[in-house]
Amino acid sequence: MGWMESHLLSLLLLFPLGGAIINMLIPGERKLALRLVSAAAATGTLVVSAALLVLYPQAPGGTIRFQETIDWVPGVGVSYHLGADGISLVLVLLTALIIFTGVFASWTVQVRTKEFLILLLLLVTGVFGVFISVDLFFFFLFYEVAVLPMYLLIGIWGTGPREYAALKLTLYLLVGSALMLLGIFGLYWYSGLTEKSFDLLKLAGAGGYPPVLQIVFFLLLYLGFGVLAGIWPLHTWSPDGHASAPTAVSMLHAGVLMKLGAYGILRVGVGLLPQGAQYWAPLVGAVAVINIVYGAMSAMGQRDLKYVIAYSSVSHMGVVMLGIAALNGLSLNGSVLQMFAHGIMTGLFFALVGLVYEKAHSRYIPGMGGFAGRMPGITLAFVVAGLSSLGLPGTAGFAAEVLVFLGSWRAMPLLALLALAGIVITATYVLRVVQKIFLGPRPAEFDGLPDARTTEWVALVVLGAVLLVVGVYPGPMVQLIESGLRPLLAPLVGG
Amino acid sequence: MSAQLAIIYPELGLFALAVAVLLLDLAWPRRRGALGYLLAAGCGALAVAVLAHPPAGEAFGGMLVADSLTVTFKAMFLLAAALVSLLSLRFLGGISRSQGEFYFLLALSTLGLMLLSSAQDLLMLYLGLELGTISLYPLAAWHKDNPRSAEAGMKYLLLGAISSAVLLYGLTMIYGVAGTTSFAGVRDALQAAGSPALVLGIAFVAAGFGFKVAAAPFHMWAPDVYEGAPTPITAFLSVASKAAGFAVLLRVFAGLLPGMSDAWAALMAVLSLASLLVGNLAAIPQTNIKRMLAYSGVAQAGCVLVGVAAASALGAGYSVFYLFQYTLANIGAFAVVLLVAQATGSEQITAFRGLSQRSPLLAFSMLLLLLSLGGIPPLGGFWAKLYVFMAGVQQGLWWLVLVGVLTSVLALYYYLMVVRQMYILPPDSHERLPIPLPAGLALLVCTVAIVALAYPAPLANLATAAGRVLFP
Repeated sequence: MGWMESHLLSLLLLFPLGGAIINMLIPGERKLALRLVSAAAATGTLVVSAALLVLYPQAPGGTIRFQETIDWVPGVGVSYHLGADGISLVLVLLTALIIFTGVFASWTVQVRTKEFLILLLLLVTGVFGVFISVDLFFFFLFYEVAVLPMYLLIGIWGTGPREYAALKLTLYLLVGSALMLLGIFGLYWYSGLTEKSFDLLKLAGAGGYPPVLQIVFFLLLYLGFGVLAGIWPLHTWSPDGHASAPTAVSMLHAGVLMKLGAYGILRVGVGLLPQGAQYWAPLVGAVAVINIVYGAMSAMGQRDLKYVIAYSSVSHMGVVMLGIAALNGLSLNGSVLQMFAHGIMTGLFFALVGLVYEKAHSRYIPGMGGFAGRMPGITLAFVVAGLSSLGLPGTAGFAAEVLVFLGSWRAMPLLALLALAGIVITATYVLRVVQKIFLGPRPAEFDGLPDARTTEWVALVVLGAVLLVVGVYPGPMVQLIESGLRPLLAPLVGG
Repeated sequence: MSAQLAIIYPELGLFALAVAVLLLDLAWPRRRGALGYLLAAGCGALAVAVLAHPPAGEAFGGMLVADSLTVTFKAMFLLAAALVSLLSLRFLGGISRSQGEFYFLLALSTLGLMLLSSAQDLLMLYLGLELGTISLYPLAAWHKDNPRSAEAGMKYLLLGAISSAVLLYGLTMIYGVAGTTSFAGVRDALQAAGSPALVLGIAFVAAGFGFKVAAAPFHMWAPDVYEGAPTPITAFLSVASKAAGFAVLLRVFAGLLPGMSDAWAALMAVLSLASLLVGNLAAIPQTNIKRMLAYSGVAQAGCVLVGVAAASALGAGYSVFYLFQYTLANIGAFAVVLLVAQATGSEQITAFRGLSQRSPLLAFSMLLLLLSLGGIPPLGGFWAKLYVFMAGVQQGLWWLVLVGVLTSVLALYYYLMVVRQMYILPPDSHERLPIPLPAGLALLVCTVAIVALAYPAPLANLATAAGRVLFP
């Protein structure tokens, strides 16, 4: 068991990476084989994440468990150091769920299937890598691996102004990673360690950075990671990118990749630079509120269904960032839970938008109506996602938002109050979309619409069920997150 | 005497090879293609030999030195020569008349650059430089009947001559102050003296080598020459001649002026800043892939200069690392350019349209090489950038590193434009692209090496050892 435990995380990376490599060897015409390999790889990651969750309570190793270390470049202080705490595990589970359902949602990709699946699996390898890296260097490496395939995935398989969207997204994120790299450099050079290291645990144990540097580095990291987290005004890549991307890619990008940004701010920014985080908290909080309100208002103004969902992500990521800005146990817990809830919810949304578009060949909201009669399953799933989006009790979105708002009410009441306005707007646009598309009279051209079929159900059932289960019984997940937050909170209590 | 000859055995070996190529060309007129293989195999073997049995010591009364710095550079030049000969094999098919001379000149140029990198005397330095450059002039103009190639050769000749003159002028000033041509003597003489003539001399030398490494603002010749010269020669120019320039820059500044590191480091930092900005910005609007790579080469020189400007053992070592991986990545990229141009007859970036469907392997290699040039982890180019930037930060060059990191994003933009052509746009024809064996082999070596550098420790150790020679 011991050997197994210390290699489970490598196994988590090996499944998607191995799947990508096997797919490279399969001829492009054998599409079923390619899909099955990808599905197997995705299932593998789901099994490993489940095993991690089961083993976590008993696993040894303090906060960060399942550790595995191989010296990579000893002279520079780079090591292949994996490890997972409660926060990582929640996000690993999220990623596994999204890629599992994402593979099934992209079952119908016919154009250059092979390359699509290879890139998708590579991207997921990067995402898993970020969540389980303890070494900042590998963290950055996996981050780039997660971001770059996006250019081709959107550029080749996207819709609408895909090349523009792909390039915009890539350049924004690259500027972000450049800033982030500078921040990481700073952390590396000024750690005060006699033997320099990129290892997060060693950096955290080095005794802290001087306040001035904390302020500078936190800003760099906040801006760098913030681009990916979709903070205003650096979010404009996100609606374009998400609306243009193919279904599975939108699911992954909005569902998981944006979380990489928030996770980075939390793990690296708040974790290593608590004073910097406190210094900038008002700014982070104010920007988060702008995200919430502005994102929701933009979503309300859209007529393209995919843009509505894309802007709703900008709004919901604001909730995540508000939780981080408030810097207390409740709010941070809510923030991580919101990452999970939003990931599942937006994954479900994009899967549904993909299905609706595939069947109705339209994303133009005013032109649709009365779909409920033809596609009851899709309608039900959309309503579940929508209710979680507007934070109805009993859905995962509610549990997360309650924690964030309670926590931020304590730290920054005015901002929390303003943010609540965003929730009202969210309710408006979600209900309006549901009403317009699924209820009301149905135009005659849509009379022959089919409901979801075979593999299409996977995303709907799995993600919908998770939203409800976590919403009704959030206890275990909240505890899991709390176990990971403890070391982050310790230096914040005094301030 | 034999001990001294043992120190220059790589040079002797290469010279023998060059003569053999010339003679075999006469003796073996029907099988001239074999000459390229011979030179490639010989240079490859010598490169391995240099690394496995590094010569060490001084020869000819201190004119030449062999240490880990020179060994690394020699291996780099030999490797570049081997790869470029492989690239030239099919390329020269149409102009078979003078293949012997082509490979002979290539070998001589490599020899000159090797001597240049191990010079310990101002005269030797100049000698090596001229041997290395003059052999390249006819190579740049090899396509005599193509006006662009002729123009490229002419431009290269004129600007090369001017830069040599500027350099020589600077060297005479240094000689004038020091009263000797040997590096050791100059160093001792300069410890005390701080005359204005010396500062002027340094400025001239920096300008002279600024031309050779194509650093802004001395880069103007590069795009025109790169575009017009035969592609294999462009590849050689863009890596070997650039690397040689840096070898000397490091030798002269770090070796001769250790006490004035503030002055020359500031100069290097300014050149670096200019190169990063000019190179990356000017590369963006290019439509010709060779011109684009020329400007990207200016930017890459800017990155190397960050390491030089750090004026530390680490900085110098990591510049060497940078140059080594750049040599591999850039020759690989030019190999793809060559193959695509042969198949499509065009050197425009649009010639790469739909390459991923016409030749997935070629497109994938190019993707890896471009990502490496753009500094994407975990490829060799990423480590190189990381290393030089770290060396810069260590010496407090925060502003320069900031510019370097941010302009890397610009660089990725124009590299991505090629990726866009290859992967996103549909091909004009679905005809498969042939990959001839020799060029394919060269490309394979470059790509594998760049990927293998994801584990950079061995090369980094070699390079840092080289850096310690200059800053003991």
